[in-house]
Amino acid sequence: MEKFTIKIDNTEVEVSKGTTIYQAAKQIGIDIPVLCYLNLEHLNIESRPGGCRICVVEVEGRRNLAPSCSTECTPGMVVNTHNMRVMNARKTVLELILSDHPKECLTCSSSGQCDLQHLSQVMGIREIHAVENAEMSTYRKDVSPALKRDMDKCIMCRRCETICNDVQTVGALSAVNRGFMSVVAPAFEQDLIDSPCTFCGQCVAVCPTGALTPYDDTAKVLRALADPSKTVIVQTAPAVRAALGEEFGLEPGTLVTGKMVAALRSLGFDKIFDTDFAADLTIMEEGAELLGRISKFLAGDKDVKLPILTSCCPAWVNFFEEYYPCMLDIPSTARSPQQMFGSIAKNYYAELMGVKREDLVVVSVMPCLAKKYECAREEFSTNGNPDVDFSISTRELASLIKSCNINFDLLPDEDFDNPLGESTGAGVIFGVTGGVIEAAVRTAYELFTGKKLDKIDFKELRGLEGIRMASIDFNGTMIHIGIAHQLGNARKLLDGIRSGMYNFHAIEIMACPGGCIGGAGQPLHHGNSKVIKARSEAIYREDSQKTIRKSHENPYIVKLYEEYLGHPMSEKAHHLLHTHYFEKNKK
Amino acid sequence: MAQYKMHLLVCGGTGCRASQSEQIVENLKSEIKNLGLENDAQVVTTGCFGFCEKGPIVKIIPDNTFYTQVKPEDCAEIVTEHVLKGRKVNRLLYEDPETLKHIEDSKHMGFYQKQLRIALRNCGFIDPENIDEYIARDGYAAIGKIITEMTPEAAIDIMKKSGLRGRGGGGFPTGLKWEIASKNKADQKYVVCNADEGDPGAFMDRSILEGDPHSVIEAMAICGYCIGATKGIVYIRAEYPLAIKRLKVAARQARAYGLLGEKILGTDFDFDIELRYGAGAFVCGEETALIHSMEGHRGEPTVKPPFPAEKGYLGKPTNVNNVETFANVPAIFLKGAEWFASIGTEKSKGTKVFALAGKINNVGLIEVPMGITLREVIFEIGGGIKDGKKFKAVQTGGPSGGCLTEKHLDTPIDFDNLIAAGSMMGSGGMIVMDEDDCMVSVAKFYLEFTVEESCGKCAPCRIGNKRLHEILEKICGGKGVEEDIEYLKNLSRVIKDTSLCGLGQTSPNPVLSTIEHFYDEYLAHVKERICPAGSCKALKLYTIISDKCTGCTACVRACPVDAITGEKRQPHVIDADKCIRCGACYDKCKFTAIHVQ
Repeated sequence: MEKFTIKIDNTEVEVSKGTTIYQAAKQIGIDIPVLCYLNLEHLNIESRPGGCRICVVEVEGRRNLAPSCSTECTPGMVVNTHNMRVMNARKTVLELILSDHPKECLTCSSSGQCDLQHLSQVMGIREIHAVENAEMSTYRKDVSPALKRDMDKCIMCRRCETICNDVQTVGALSAVNRGFMSVVAPAFEQDLIDSPCTFCGQCVAVCPTGALTPYDDTAKVLRALADPSKTVIVQTAPAVRAALGEEFGLEPGTLVTGKMVAALRSLGFDKIFDTDFAADLTIMEEGAELLGRISKFLAGDKDVKLPILTSCCPAWVNFFEEYYPCMLDIPSTARSPQQMFGSIAKNYYAELMGVKREDLVVVSVMPCLAKKYECAREEFSTNGNPDVDFSISTRELASLIKSCNINFDLLPDEDFDNPLGESTGAGVIFGVTGGVIEAAVRTAYELFTGKKLDKIDFKELRGLEGIRMASIDFNGTMIHIGIAHQLGNARKLLDGIRSGMYNFHAIEIMACPGGCIGGAGQPLHHGNSKVIKARSEAIYREDSQKTIRKSHENPYIVKLYEEYLGHPMSEKAHHLLHTHYFEKNKK
Repeated sequence: MAQYKMHLLVCGGTGCRASQSEQIVENLKSEIKNLGLENDAQVVTTGCFGFCEKGPIVKIIPDNTFYTQVKPEDCAEIVTEHVLKGRKVNRLLYEDPETLKHIEDSKHMGFYQKQLRIALRNCGFIDPENIDEYIARDGYAAIGKIITEMTPEAAIDIMKKSGLRGRGGGGFPTGLKWEIASKNKADQKYVVCNADEGDPGAFMDRSILEGDPHSVIEAMAICGYCIGATKGIVYIRAEYPLAIKRLKVAARQARAYGLLGEKILGTDFDFDIELRYGAGAFVCGEETALIHSMEGHRGEPTVKPPFPAEKGYLGKPTNVNNVETFANVPAIFLKGAEWFASIGTEKSKGTKVFALAGKINNVGLIEVPMGITLREVIFEIGGGIKDGKKFKAVQTGGPSGGCLTEKHLDTPIDFDNLIAAGSMMGSGGMIVMDEDDCMVSVAKFYLEFTVEESCGKCAPCRIGNKRLHEILEKICGGKGVEEDIEYLKNLSRVIKDTSLCGLGQTSPNPVLSTIEHFYDEYLAHVKERICPAGSCKALKLYTIISDKCTGCTACVRACPVDAITGEKRQPHVIDADKCIRCGACYDKCKFTAIHVQ
């Protein structure tokens, strides 16, 4: 590769062709401030629209200042990143952006995590020179069950657009209007709920300000906890324990399962249960469905729908309902673990405890924002009472813990309650891409072949590549498996199936990069692939430490079927644990 | 083919059509028929003559009689008098505003004397919907010569030697642009004609496409041959229906003659064009924004490099030139690079079309050699300032050009001189202002346009222009302070320095140039709170001269906000706080007792 030398702030640096000034400066420890620039290293996506103009630098011989994030170095280039001209321009541009931004930092939900706030601090902005009563661009607020749009705070960095279109290929967000009133919005400025939005929430995770934020139900959770007439139980998703610690300054990948349970108990939840239990239950149902379809297929049934697609991820469900309405009969009908848990809790568990459905409040802690939408779906409620009342995110749990004066560090490790707190290693790995299908294979293999697995780990199903494929030998029968995470990869895989390019028996799809560990409700990782990797390793560590690692061996699952459900795919199971899908626009 | 003794050329441009020129054509034809003169005289609908101030125009050749402001009912007289009897209709001839004499033919009109028409060579001369007329004027001879006798390199060399620079605004050397595009290898390349003319008041591209569409098509084919492209696209505003129609007619005719399509003139060269319509966004005149718009994306620019020549339409090498640039190309090949390079100044060769507008007598479209002075354009071709007022400034380069003053009148106009003077060539808008124009308001007016037309992608243009406009509004509203002027200057410089594309990089020009040349006028607004031109409403102070006031109470009744009080037959007074400066009292007063400051 061609290499040459350039000079930045009087320091020479050797760069290879294609390097931007911003990257070159980084090599020699010069951090040029950026705002709209987005580097999602874990996705190999670098978005540099050059729109905010904060990163401008002076390049000798060039008439105008150059955006360092999107200007490539040329041999002999001489760059100045902080002379008076540059500093004045940068500060003036930042003041302009601030002049059109609400000054609500004290009450903004992104306070402390806001890139714009941080930048103002770094640049020492103490006043904003602009016209008195300068006009602000204001827009209608949009509140959906999963996320809120307060576009008054939008700075047109277009990061959300990149994620929504280029990464997720959802196409819900793009710039509308012109000039001062330009803003990112769904087409025709629809509400998100009416748009193709899947509520994956990845836009929230990259928004530098408080323009896109999660819909937050923590206040309602606190109120329920304070209500003596209510029994409040909580379920925690597998990915939460692998990331919650980051909010308390722990290293990424620190498992905090025990502390998390203790914190929830200390918050006043009556029972601390585990979504992992419901994940095991999902495997029983989805596994049975998979085996049923495969057996029929092998017996020569031409009408059987293969491949079977996992249905645990609510953003993915929204995605195929929107974009693949002709394939609605392919996904597994099994509800997601969150909803299986809610259904079992509000029926089986409520009966067991002698609590009325209305008096039982089910809270879920999820790494996900789409789960907020999922639990609000009509089909998951009985007489207006939802199976899962409130879904809060990992970040929201952290702020709840902090606001209730709990010192997370000093908490002891505690155990989940029974009967809905016991889980296997198979349930834990639901939190990472490839995990659901691995859990399904562990059970399906044994049920299909009637043999015990020698080796429980299916390393061929693991990894962080966007699309993965593997074939598993089921005692002479090869089962072909496809895995995709990120909706853009899901689209590629699905299009491949539709065009006949791929042939699979089963496919696992998760909407977020890395799976649930990279969910939009998790502590922000800013595209740092090391964080994603550490969380993934933590999940597999938890799995390997479990004594029981196959869902069908979970004694409480066995008991649940014996006492209540009968067998997988039974009529009762069908009623409580399965669902159907809708063509989105006809719902 | 009939040999006509006389041709009656009627302007079929958008402006004259709006004043019933189509009816004039009909009437002339039927009068000629009535008198049985069909074999002697032919009526031709042509493109724009440029002298729009006095449209509709009917020009009669061979004697170049130039009838102005013709009405459909004048046609009978023109035919019976001029065509039949050979007597000119004096009352329709152009009257020289100074001598008040009728001028018999266009060659003696001040408006045309200093013009040199290359890009507009066929406008107002041929029927744009008849390819034969274009061919009769050596049309398609250039492409024929090039594709049969020249290599692309040799042709590009001629373009480079001619010194032609892009007429769309940037002034980038056209030959060099072609050369870069030709050197980038790809399986498909594109030639794009930028016909997204967006400057308010500018209509040179429209006029060329309406008056001489074949020259643009021919030039695009030449460009295609030079850079190795087989596809051409004209990106044209949907608001130009006539230009679109004529372009389509021309392309169809060219295809029928084998001048577009596969194996042009029997060679191996394939080239054809298609049209794409723009929705009228100013920023889509910027080439990267234009390309995004053509691809179906939001019309907004992206950072250059990569330049379109490297990665343009659909990611392929693309050469974008505007209409006027293309219109020059066939002439260069026909008459030679040396001929073209002999016209103009050292670094700006050839001619430039300007759209004259504002407080000038001869509003219209002109084409002049580079290097002509503003004085010649404004006072000789333009016929001076309307109503005998005093010249104050001229805005060149469209909404983001700068205002030039008296002291620039003798500067030779070319790309570099205009930039040095704080303005630019732009696409060739030229708006003249007189003593009644307030320069702060003028700057505010242009900012209004750029605020409206900013695409919103980059922060300095999106928010900065809005803030500039707000401050100018504040100053015009009588609430400005001296620091505002300094802030305007700093903000303007930062916007220019940091904006992503040409729109933001130039939009503060009107502010900076008016502050530079009319600083005192700004100062008067913020310090003395007066508008020297008397145009800022909020800075007008209405008072009653008590000596003249008879107490008739007419003003009291006219005032919509009850700001005037006083006893009958006693001098009245105006409450300045209540007064909304509507001027109703001023209009009503019969005794000139209202004083306006």
